[in-house]
Amino acid sequence: MEQSIVILLSVLDGTLRVSTPLVLCAMAGLFSERSGTVDISLEGKLLFSAFAAAAVTYVTGSPWVGMVAAIAISFSLSMLHGFACVTHNGNQVVSGVAINILASGLTVVLGIAFFRQGGQTPTLPKDARFTPIELPFAEALDSIPFIGQLYAQVISGHNILVYLAFLLVPITSWIVFKTRFGLRLRAVGENPKAVDTAGIGVRAMRYKALAVNGVLCGIAGAYLSTAQNAAFVREMSAGQGYIALAALIFGKWRPKTAMLACLMFGLLDAIAIRLQGVMIPGTETEVPVTLIQALPYILTVILLAGFIGKAIPPKAIGIPYVKER
Amino acid sequence: MTNQSSPSSAGTAIELSGISKAFGPVQANSDVNLSVPKGTIHGIIGENGAGKSTLMSILYGFYEADSGEVFVNEKKVSIRNSNDAIATGIGMVHQHFMLVDTFSVLENVMLGAESGEVLKDSIKKAETELTRLEKEYGLHVPIHSLIEDLPVGQQQRVEILKALYRGAEILILDEPTGVLTPQETDQLFKILEALRDQGVTVILITHKLREIMAITDNVSVMRHGTMVAHRKTSETDREELAELMVGRKVRTKADKQKAQPKETKLKVENLSVFDQFNVARVDNVSLDLRAGEIVGIAGVSGNGQSELLEALSGIEAVSKGSFTLGDITIDADNPKNAKEMRDLGLAHVPEDRLHLGLVPSFSAHESSILGYHRDKEFNGPILSKVGNIVNYCARIMNDFDVRPQDPSLKSANFSGGNQQKLILAREMDRDPPILLVGQPTRGVDIGAIEFIHQQIIAMRDAGCAVLLVSVELEEIMSLADRILVMFEGRVVGEIEADKADEKILGLMMANAHKTSPDGEITA
Amino acid sequence: MSDTTMTEEKPKKKIGMAKPPLPAWMDYGVLPLVNILFALFISGIIIWLIGINPFEALEWLIIGSLGGSYELGYTLYYTTNFIFTGLAVAIAFHANLFNIGGEGQAYVGGLGVGLLILAVDQYLPFWMILPLAIMASAAFGAAWASVPAYLQAYRGSHIVITTIMFNFIASALMTYLLVDVMRGKGQMSPESREFAEAGHLPFMHEFMANFGFDLASTPLNVTFFWALICCVFLWLFIWRTRWGYEIRSVGANEPAAVYAGVNPRRIVMMAMLISGGLAGFVGMNEIMGVHHKILLNFVSGYGFTGIAVSHMGRNHPVGIILASLLFGVLYQGGAELAFEYSEFTREMVVTIQGLIILFCGALAYMTKPFVANIYYAITLPRNGKEA
Repeated sequence: MEQSIVILLSVLDGTLRVSTPLVLCAMAGLFSERSGTVDISLEGKLLFSAFAAAAVTYVTGSPWVGMVAAIAISFSLSMLHGFACVTHNGNQVVSGVAINILASGLTVVLGIAFFRQGGQTPTLPKDARFTPIELPFAEALDSIPFIGQLYAQVISGHNILVYLAFLLVPITSWIVFKTRFGLRLRAVGENPKAVDTAGIGVRAMRYKALAVNGVLCGIAGAYLSTAQNAAFVREMSAGQGYIALAALIFGKWRPKTAMLACLMFGLLDAIAIRLQGVMIPGTETEVPVTLIQALPYILTVILLAGFIGKAIPPKAIGIPYVKER
Repeated sequence: MTNQSSPSSAGTAIELSGISKAFGPVQANSDVNLSVPKGTIHGIIGENGAGKSTLMSILYGFYEADSGEVFVNEKKVSIRNSNDAIATGIGMVHQHFMLVDTFSVLENVMLGAESGEVLKDSIKKAETELTRLEKEYGLHVPIHSLIEDLPVGQQQRVEILKALYRGAEILILDEPTGVLTPQETDQLFKILEALRDQGVTVILITHKLREIMAITDNVSVMRHGTMVAHRKTSETDREELAELMVGRKVRTKADKQKAQPKETKLKVENLSVFDQFNVARVDNVSLDLRAGEIVGIAGVSGNGQSELLEALSGIEAVSKGSFTLGDITIDADNPKNAKEMRDLGLAHVPEDRLHLGLVPSFSAHESSILGYHRDKEFNGPILSKVGNIVNYCARIMNDFDVRPQDPSLKSANFSGGNQQKLILAREMDRDPPILLVGQPTRGVDIGAIEFIHQQIIAMRDAGCAVLLVSVELEEIMSLADRILVMFEGRVVGEIEADKADEKILGLMMANAHKTSPDGEITA
Repeated sequence: MSDTTMTEEKPKKKIGMAKPPLPAWMDYGVLPLVNILFALFISGIIIWLIGINPFEALEWLIIGSLGGSYELGYTLYYTTNFIFTGLAVAIAFHANLFNIGGEGQAYVGGLGVGLLILAVDQYLPFWMILPLAIMASAAFGAAWASVPAYLQAYRGSHIVITTIMFNFIASALMTYLLVDVMRGKGQMSPESREFAEAGHLPFMHEFMANFGFDLASTPLNVTFFWALICCVFLWLFIWRTRWGYEIRSVGANEPAAVYAGVNPRRIVMMAMLISGGLAGFVGMNEIMGVHHKILLNFVSGYGFTGIAVSHMGRNHPVGIILASLLFGVLYQGGAELAFEYSEFTREMVVTIQGLIILFCGALAYMTKPFVANIYYAITLPRNGKEA
């Protein structure tokens, strides 16, 4: 019993940690997709900004400066996506693929050029990373079984970006549903022509959505390389951008449900990490780790197969807005 | 809403001078002049493609004119986008509503006219203002309902409210009655009159003479992109306007003999079609269609006519009930797809030609075999016989006078009338025993309308059983031998064509008629 | 009333400036070339930034890929793969489907052909294995595409996301199979045993030697011919059969296709199965043609590049062959460059590839107004000044 509570708590703790970039990316995707722009380039932005954060943090010694660099890179890529899809009506999926491939190549090329470590960045010292924060009374409450332990061991002791990510969920929700910006954002993804006739610039709205998207992805990237890990490693985003997109769809383009989907994927991932090296009960063989790692992808497919209701996307998603006939 | 001056106050609200606009080689407007006095209802009438909508889009800043000047309230303005138009006091009710379906009425009205970053205040302000407008003009709408839950007539009121909320003093309505019942149209006209009496200038774009005569003070006629005449409505009549629109005398009634109906070709029994939300779009419909007659289905669009056509043609599945052709019965358990229905001798000219009837990006010869593309004539064992297809297309284009007669031209590049003729040619060429026709002349110029009507009557006289769906009452009355009226998915009445007039059909379309015990329909 | 409405009228354009549309050779020839130049220009800047002279690099790139039979052999070997994945993306695209899963389908296609050969190479001669191998690679590739296709057609889940997920799943599956299942006891590298001779496709240098041609020894093998044959087949299929007609009608206007009695779900399945099968042939080229054993990561980005190839080639086999050749040059020339310069790595090629997809795919029409203006400036005055 005692043993299983310890395992449970550590899995939950891990869940929060691995869900954080997913939540940030899902919120980023929410802004662009609600405005009508499909964004598969979450993956590439996550990767590139992780690189920028690690590189700049290594040089300056400050993870905050690193994060600014990450945001700048991710923002630029978002603008590039906008330039292709919003300004030039390019295919949104093709543009996303291009950015992902570009990120996958260029991070390594620059990494080698800057650091000559085979595409990695040098490991960051502890004080150049986002470090865990003890929440008040964590130590005192740790002795209270379960509830207290939950607070002390799961809720407390994460770095600032974890709290920021989860705080961003209600903020996103408020922006999308309670503000003028949100009203226009939702409208432009549903019926851009109506927005245009109401005297609001469709393209400007979509650019603004992409700008927010870029900033959030940048934070996610910084988290990956300067908080969760201590360096940039090639391909370190490992499909998390895609998973976030899946969570967004699964969460029906709503902040809170998307966050829950992210937590579920995170939980699965945390369990997979936990299962590494564990024997299948009653046999001599280990649980096949490679297959366990594929579980989030398999689960995504199963979930998106419509077993939990049909997700209705914003009506104008993926369609460039062309004014002239 | 500042201008509360009396309708007779002098001055012009809109003055256009020398407006021209070309789209590629097409000259949509050339040297158009127009003057609209303040506080009047001004009609602009013309055929499809005469350039009415382009002209109004220029006024609303959707397109920029290639040349010409615009004056609003006697001041020269440059309207480059809808923002400029709104600021100038121009509001527009588009033919296809510019509403976000998943938003409430309130949200739609606020959109683009919010009062601050946070919505709370905007909502309060909009609520008060909407209540005031509702009182002032009798524009009642449930403001917290979602647009997608509202009937079309109410959606249109939301569009009017949107314009008024933004302080429009000049209101442009583009073909506003196409989707309304005659009764809803009358209500709309009452609202427009109320607006005029409060000093609002209304511009009504339409191709329906009846509406021009019923409500406007002045009328301007457009033809082929030019303004051909301006009249005071009280000093003109239907005949003159029709002639001005078309440029020659027109016959409004098709010539035809009395029908000689023979055996029943299509028997529909208690047919129902449910949509994905399990709502009956077609509700327990029964009808007989006999060889050598045209049965017209009248009704306001959206009352199940489209779904009826789609069910009969095999596009949509039958949910309940059945229909029978010869000895084949189709019901929920024995479905047939569109191809199989065609093989049974049922041809279908769909309502929406660009959406269903052809593939706009295909060449004409590819579109000319749509639905018949598996026929032996066009296929070898594996490869298609392209030569045969092109020859076939050239032949039917010749038979139906499709212009230009070029089988390799892209389908999208034909005019509406010629696209429609191509589809009719394709569906009529095999002399099908049953022909379903939906909105055969929607968006088609008058010359082509006459031709299309003649062809449909010729099919009937050759023994074809024709089911005609149209929202144009004149078309139904001049073509059909019997008329059924659909309302909310049901057939609410049947009437012989020679006993029908616009008034009685209008009542039937709103399901407000009375039926005597012996089946006689009265007002 | 706002100030903006009261601004001075700007001088209006003249009427009747209707320009003729660009001729096809401009649209399909010059425009893509200009786009490639743009991509290469940006690539040049990056190459210059990492300390290599870009003009020298370009020279090496061209010599290294087209300079002789050895270089050309490698280039065409890469081209073969790109043709398959390009065609795979194209056929799906004609049905308005975005198959991003070429990567995984190619991987599993290779597994299929490998398993077949492992099973029969001791018993059957080459001429019997060959047709079976074609079928096996196509069948496995198609099978891998069938699940996303089914989910798209019957469950409405979006094919872009599911095919991406299937790439990851394919990768995990292959690693599992090779590391945990197929690897012999005590064997270090995760790969299958070597195939017997009967399971090898002839290399081009072997094949052409029969006709007295002396070519350098390269991985180029007879799969190249099969790729060209597939181009012809696909062209005929899309534009000269009723099935291609139905695929295109569903892709261009689905309601009209339903009106014509076409079942879009079956078309989705058909297009995706063919697409997956074509991607599976990459496995044949790699496994049966080059490596002669099943191994890890032999697909290395060919599937994703197929998107660029298809887009650049405007989903037409001729365009796809040309675009494949371009990427073949880039891959082979890039490999040569990596020998030549220590700063130049495989990822540089990936980067350039990303730029090409960006400029030739997503930004394909960015340069159009510019190119069109130059064209009109050159041609219009000569046709008289009626404007």
